[in-house]
Amino acid sequence: MDNHILEVSNLHVSFKTRNGEVPAVRGVNFSLKKGETLAIVGESGSGKSVTAKSIMQLLPKQNTMVPEGEIRYEGKDLLKFSKKEIQNVRGSDISMVFQDPMTSLNPTMKIGKQIMEGLSRHMKLTKKQARKRAKEMLELVGIPNAEARLDAYPHQFSGGMRQRVVIAIALACNPKVLIADEPTTALDVTIQAQILRLMRGLQEKMDTAIILITHDLGVVANMADRVAVMYAGEVVEQGTLDEIFYSPQHPYTLGLLRSMPNLDAPRTEPLIPIPGSPPDPAMLGMGCPFAARCPYTMKVCHDYHPDYTAVSGTQAVRCWLQDERTPEDHVPEVIRQGRQKSEIAADQAAIDAAGGVPV
Amino acid sequence: MTHELKEQHTMNAGQDDLLVVSDLKKHFRLNRKTVLKAVDGISFSIKKGETLGLVGESGCGKSTVGRTLTRIYEPTDGEVHFDGLKLKGRLDGKTKKRINRDVQMIFQDPYSSLNPRMTVSEIISEGLVIHNPDMSPKDREKRVHELLQLVGLNKNHAGRYPHEFSGGQRQRIGIARALAVEPKFIVADEPIAALDVSIQAQIVNLLKALQEERGLTYLFIAHDLSMVKYISDRIAVMYLGKIVELAESEELYEKPLHPYTQALLSAIPLPDPEKERTREQVILSGDVPSPTDIPSGCRFRTRCPFAMDSCAAIDPEFREVEPGHSVACHLYDPEIMAKEGKELKTV
Repeated sequence: MDNHILEVSNLHVSFKTRNGEVPAVRGVNFSLKKGETLAIVGESGSGKSVTAKSIMQLLPKQNTMVPEGEIRYEGKDLLKFSKKEIQNVRGSDISMVFQDPMTSLNPTMKIGKQIMEGLSRHMKLTKKQARKRAKEMLELVGIPNAEARLDAYPHQFSGGMRQRVVIAIALACNPKVLIADEPTTALDVTIQAQILRLMRGLQEKMDTAIILITHDLGVVANMADRVAVMYAGEVVEQGTLDEIFYSPQHPYTLGLLRSMPNLDAPRTEPLIPIPGSPPDPAMLGMGCPFAARCPYTMKVCHDYHPDYTAVSGTQAVRCWLQDERTPEDHVPEVIRQGRQKSEIAADQAAIDAAGGVPV
Repeated sequence: MTHELKEQHTMNAGQDDLLVVSDLKKHFRLNRKTVLKAVDGISFSIKKGETLGLVGESGCGKSTVGRTLTRIYEPTDGEVHFDGLKLKGRLDGKTKKRINRDVQMIFQDPYSSLNPRMTVSEIISEGLVIHNPDMSPKDREKRVHELLQLVGLNKNHAGRYPHEFSGGQRQRIGIARALAVEPKFIVADEPIAALDVSIQAQIVNLLKALQEERGLTYLFIAHDLSMVKYISDRIAVMYLGKIVELAESEELYEKPLHPYTQALLSAIPLPDPEKERTREQVILSGDVPSPTDIPSGCRFRTRCPFAMDSCAAIDPEFREVEPGHSVACHLYDPEIMAKEGKELKTV
């Protein structure tokens, strides 16, 4: 579709290690529309940060390989760009906010200079113009006394303030895509609420598309339009926010949602954890990577890798339970119910789209 | 267990309280001029078999409370009654040894809290060697195997080193180590913060099961409020070295009184899109002030949406406003509110 600003298709990334090649990302597909927020959720090691870094091409060249895949930004494949071309995209068209505001700023450079760096590189502003713009950016992200703060060093800011500065740097050149890799994980909840609100506000103002990488499902519910759930280097389920939360179709998504305590639920009910731990990416077999932890495994799960099955126009799952050859009585109740909910919602959406009354 | 000792020190605290903390302070002198008041006079009690959750943002002093109770830090001031012992000032060797055994700690970071050069067996049995020197090596080995099983690992893991385990498994080793000397009280300092979501539930369920099985008492320190609600019977909310509110966990979530608690609860993003769309958030402005330079009067007043003149002048008293629900805020103090000429906040 032409309104997609960024499209990642069949992306594979692997690392060369002493023990051979280790796949970190295995065939990831997703796309991003203008002004929308896509959340990529997953546990550590699921490949979500590697995916983000490969879009920005920030992974070390000497031990990273991208054997397959395309990352198309406005129709052009970023993976085919030269070093110089990618430098022109990085920071101006696509920019990134990192997890740790303590280490992502240069401690020996004044804040103002760090914001101005991108401005003079990409927008060819003079020093004076860049400084003016840097000040505006600091005001935009809510840093009081911006003019004076331009000459402060990162250590003079608190964690939340530093993350605001990082966001100011990322947004200084009006990027079309912002990749935020766990932007609030290092922050306290009250500060997290401030930063999330700030990001939403700026997104509305600038119509930026955001890829939000996080493991916090609360943050996802607060921010995302669509969600991609990653496990062992794959997107195992993808859908709209409501589809993922209210009618999850992959046992892993279901497990994640169930293992979180519900603030309304009584305390006597035990949490339902996902048994075991995520697989070692170097030891992945032929079958579904979640098979070892899945409560609904079938024989096929261990031997064959599941393909994508579309559940609705917007939701797709990589799971054998969705295959039409799977006997209906083997599909757990929760997933069947979710499927029905998805269908009803899809019908409703179709009716809404037609602008008519249900027939 | 020395029964004489216990009777000797029977004190005035409630019968079933395992731990009573009164006016505990821990100040750190940074240099000649600055003193960092990490914990600045807090009081609470924990009943036997109960879990008290301690929540607050980073730098509020919650970990310092845990470390002071386990005597990793010497308290600056204040009194702690623990299981019939009165702990004040310097402790004699015998008392110290008992505390070191009866109070154990589970740390946040499962990577740095296990010695990488010791095997799992050595890590778990270290406490046994010190506190049960008469135990034969064979019994000790048996005990280690039992403990590993208890926390969901198996005896084949005993000879391995920490780096061979995942984060969740390491946290299990940390729990086994804490349980080895049969403690009565466990301080769990953010035990799940470093773990993945799918693993967090495993560890929380394990901690809960162990508590039921062994009648353990927990101080559960965390910043993740949804997990805290789930595991705690009562919750204390800390801000800049003081407890601002303490209540039963259901009560605290349903009826938060202190403006800080209200803001903190509304800031947790809920994993439910429908609720996220409809609820109203109280978003605090600004940052937590530095604990070396605490605001006068109420320490929350610089960020409080309801701050009044009295808040800068008078430090609010931590009062029980309803049975089992205490709060340190002038809004609930009839005298101050009368003086301000404002209406008293109803509980």
